[in-house]
Amino acid sequence: MALGRPEHGNFPVEPVTLKILVAGGFGVGKTTLVGAISEIRPLRTEERLTEAGRPVDDTSGVEAKDTTTVAMDFGRITLRDDLVLYLFGTPGQQRFWFMWDELSEGALGAVVLADTRRLEDCFAAVDYFERRAIPFLVAVNCFDGAARYPSESVRRALDLDAGVPVVLCDARDRDSARDVLIGLIQHAMRYTAEHRQPVGG
Amino acid sequence: MSEDGQVSSHWFDDDAGPVVRPYAMTRGRTTSTAQHRLDLIAVVVTEPAAGDPETDPTLSPEHVDIVGLCRGTPQSVAELAAELDLPIGVVRVLVGDLVHAELVHVTRPVPPAELPDESILRDVINGLRAL
Repeated sequence: MALGRPEHGNFPVEPVTLKILVAGGFGVGKTTLVGAISEIRPLRTEERLTEAGRPVDDTSGVEAKDTTTVAMDFGRITLRDDLVLYLFGTPGQQRFWFMWDELSEGALGAVVLADTRRLEDCFAAVDYFERRAIPFLVAVNCFDGAARYPSESVRRALDLDAGVPVVLCDARDRDSARDVLIGLIQHAMRYTAEHRQPVGG
Repeated sequence: MSEDGQVSSHWFDDDAGPVVRPYAMTRGRTTSTAQHRLDLIAVVVTEPAAGDPETDPTLSPEHVDIVGLCRGTPQSVAELAAELDLPIGVVRVLVGDLVHAELVHVTRPVPPAELPDESILRDVINGLRAL
């Protein structure tokens, strides 16, 4: 592990990499949020699915297609030479949840983006992270023209645990996106401290 | 669309998909032998001893690209997939080949639960604040 100061010499620094997921319904601003804070234009990587070995991919209705492409947006924030944070926008459709399993493995936590006009779109994401005990916060993307609700109303509507932060944000705004990420990491630190059970205790 | 014979040179536009099917590059393999599945943020680093991979007849152009890309700056698996416009599964197999050939090595990400202490997370917060 290349912790601490980068070593001198010709060897490239091998950074510690961490990842945060950005989840939420279709069109809620996941790519916008990633793009607002990423140092690179959100890159798009694709996983090509074939029918083989993908029992969770429900292809009913699209039988004519033998492959499906799942696109994931991701961004990068280089905090230091040896410390890089990656953001992954999770694919929205429920049938791509097997991708979430892979994405969420080893993730620091997740931002669930919500739109108050379509709050139900983020139920699935909230449920997913709750079940897997992955620390997350809900960031309400304040769309122009959408009614503003106090975060307590959002918390009640989503039936969130008291510890889950609910913040308002503007996914287009870099500072706002940054504050959301800071809030998530602070929450993840608290969450980990609370859930660290003594083994055999 | 057109009866014009001239269009023959335009058969293969992007909409037609890649001319070479992605898993042809892996000779049909969808998993890499003896390799734990590489995380998207696992970092691929070219071995300093890796010479000129282009002279190696067993390597595909995509293999050579990966060795080149990761020489100056180590790259994550996700970045390689985006950069090379290849599915992640294909990149995993190709990186597995290169690890086997000892041209690259892979640094696995540390799961948050296994971080030695919270100082890294504090560093992340401080780094974000400094943006």
